[in-house]
Amino acid sequence: MPEFILELKSIDKAFPGVKALDNVGFQLKKGEIHALMGENGAGKSTFIKIITGVHEPDAGEIILDGSPVRFRTPKDAQKQAIAAIYQHGAIYPWLSVTENIFMGHEEVAGPLKTIKWKAMHSKAEELLRGLGSDLDPRIEVSGLTVAEQQVVEIAKAISQNARILVMDEPTASLSRRECDELYRIAEKLRDDGVSIIFISHRMEDMQRLASRVTVFRDGKLIGTWGVGDISNHDLISAMVGREINQIYPARNRAIGEEVFRAQGLSRKGFFKDISFKLHKGEILGFSGLVGAGRTDVMQSIFGVEPLDSGKMFLEGKEVQVRKPLDAMKLGIGLLPEDRHKQGLVLDWEIFKNITLSDLGQFAKYSVMKPKKERAKAKALGELLALKAPTVFDKASSMSGGNQQKIVICKLLNTDLKVLILDEPTKGVDVGVKSQLYEIISDLAGQGYGVILISSDMPEILGMCDRIATMREGRITGEFIGSEATQEQLLQASMSQAGGAYEKVLN
Amino acid sequence: MTEQAHRSLQSERPFSAKRFFLQWEWMLAIIFIVVNMANASLSPNYLVFDSIMSAIQMFCDKAILVFPMMLVILLGDIDISVASIMALSAVSMGVSFNAGLPIGAAILVAILVGGACGLANGLLLIKFKELSSMVVTLVGQIVFRGIASIILQDQAAGGFPSWFQYLGWGYVGKIPFILLIVIAEAIVFGFVIHFTRFGRSVYAIGNNETAARYSGIKTKSVRLLAFVIMGLFSGVAAIFLASKMGSVRPSVAKGYEMDVIAMVVLGGVSNNGGKGRVMGVVIATFIVGLLRYGLGIVNVPSQTIMIIVGALLIIAVIIPNLKSSLSGFRMFKKIAGKGQ
Repeated sequence: MPEFILELKSIDKAFPGVKALDNVGFQLKKGEIHALMGENGAGKSTFIKIITGVHEPDAGEIILDGSPVRFRTPKDAQKQAIAAIYQHGAIYPWLSVTENIFMGHEEVAGPLKTIKWKAMHSKAEELLRGLGSDLDPRIEVSGLTVAEQQVVEIAKAISQNARILVMDEPTASLSRRECDELYRIAEKLRDDGVSIIFISHRMEDMQRLASRVTVFRDGKLIGTWGVGDISNHDLISAMVGREINQIYPARNRAIGEEVFRAQGLSRKGFFKDISFKLHKGEILGFSGLVGAGRTDVMQSIFGVEPLDSGKMFLEGKEVQVRKPLDAMKLGIGLLPEDRHKQGLVLDWEIFKNITLSDLGQFAKYSVMKPKKERAKAKALGELLALKAPTVFDKASSMSGGNQQKIVICKLLNTDLKVLILDEPTKGVDVGVKSQLYEIISDLAGQGYGVILISSDMPEILGMCDRIATMREGRITGEFIGSEATQEQLLQASMSQAGGAYEKVLN
Repeated sequence: MTEQAHRSLQSERPFSAKRFFLQWEWMLAIIFIVVNMANASLSPNYLVFDSIMSAIQMFCDKAILVFPMMLVILLGDIDISVASIMALSAVSMGVSFNAGLPIGAAILVAILVGGACGLANGLLLIKFKELSSMVVTLVGQIVFRGIASIILQDQAAGGFPSWFQYLGWGYVGKIPFILLIVIAEAIVFGFVIHFTRFGRSVYAIGNNETAARYSGIKTKSVRLLAFVIMGLFSGVAAIFLASKMGSVRPSVAKGYEMDVIAMVVLGGVSNNGGKGRVMGVVIATFIVGLLRYGLGIVNVPSQTIMIIVGALLIIAVIIPNLKSSLSGFRMFKKIAGKGQ
């Protein structure tokens, strides 16, 4: 009997332009809960997708119960009793609990493969009771809480006799009490002999449940430790690890008076009591883990999503924003997180994309003046060194970095005071990245107030004058950009806020 | 010079013969010629100016609906209630005229009723984002004609003054009056769709509504306006139909929406929105209209004509996508081959 139920040896996986996993090894003991930790983009998700058969590794070995296996499709992994549950719960929201549990392996009878509803319902009930849940298997899953949906997914895994269960950030959107319930279920499964890989950004999950912890960083394995053998501080250092490169422009801008102020912004279920100030010429960073609510806050400020309460002030005057047009008229611009879906009309020429943010200045009596449009697009594009043969080229034919420049041109086409940049360097290669940093820094130097959301900590530390950290929809800390460390930011992004943080942003 | 010039973001571009000839309108022009040749061989008198004009006069009431429908489809929406709006507008006009309103006021009633129907469609759409235009206008299709039936039962209304039939049947010189209306409409819509800020907003929404909203386009107002315009022109079309028929019934214009949508889609307007030009729609309108006329000459039943128009539509949608369909097929073969 081998010591490890699952072992992965020197796994490599590359996607176009990115080495997602580089010579990664991992061992899972039978009946253990093994925590997997790392920053966003460390390679955890890719790793999980290799275990569950979504991706095939480019190189390396997967050894299950002592013998090598190869998963070409998720079905292959399922057959080997490997199951996964995700943060967002159920896959078929409009079907019943029973249908979700037995999807793909229904109990059928007769030549017409009629579904045996009664047998399935009672078996589902049995599975749920075994997990200590009193859910009615006949109700629709969409009406359940995320925690209850996860229980359904766990029941589904057990119904397939899963020996290895991957839980991908299951506690991310659960309340304290629901977490305790999930811990209880995970421990019960472990005692029944199921091996669990538990991915989480929370220290308390790891400390409460896991016996060992593995850390990934930048697609590489950093190490595996017994949970008792490593301190929180050392663990965070392991996750952060790298040094900041000198690709960031110097911070010697003059910071002027207040240009924007948020006071107690709240949106139920997304963020609560967000207050901050932004000055002219300042770059204010928002750091935090994916899902911390940073994007939601900015979308509400920009008027894409509503606000439940709170006030916003522009240059000291209270303002109301109900739709993006209101924000843009006031001088607030947003570079959205998803440039393909939210930023660009991919099928359109560069110049039409750039001028879309303010058609009014190119229209006389509402008739468009294309020559004027193209001239402005050319001028803005040259300002940012946009690389394209003509302004007629389609946005879809540009590289990620040049597409991002088009979106920035769009913002500059309007008359703005506040620039909100949501992950501006996501999916952009390193060369263009430093150009974008230069551009962002220049814009701040010209007097724009800049808000920079980024999950890339060196970027936040290298660019920002001040940094706010968010966790679970609240601001949990504020730091001076030149003095903060990655450890501090990560600590503030991951620690239980508990209301201990006093607002000192000013 | 070459590399530098190549990378310097030119704001003018040279004429490209390839780009010019790879336009859908050329394909439509060929189909248009084929349809006319077929008609000419079926009826020796077809290629006489007067008979072509009278053939065109037959479908001009539908042609009135084509351009506002193009606007709606460019937005990525659809309106299948237009024929029912026409029925309700026509009935409202007939009833109010018979109740003693002067004919001018009755015409205004028709247009206003059409506009109100479009407004109802549009308001439902923008207030409830769960509703698609397909569902809203399907309900409209049933409800508007239903109201017309309640007003008039299965009676007819009419007895319009004799000059009223000039709208549908009259000529200006040797050209039908209604054709002049359609030409004027095509020019106005061509201008609005291709050269104004409103037209640009329509294309932006049809291509990527989310990005349009993030860019500060008033997406709701534009969609609402498009449906109101659609309604108003349904009212206008109803007036010309009433003029042609001399009286109105709740059952008029049944099935018009299908012909109108077919004309727009054949014209190269993507049913996903955001693509297509007025010129293509103009040619396609004449193709479908004259095809119907030609097949009518040889007594092909109406249902069969619909089948032929349908086949034409499917071909029209497939041809521009032929390349991607084929590569999809190749990929399928590759996967299937790998599996063995």
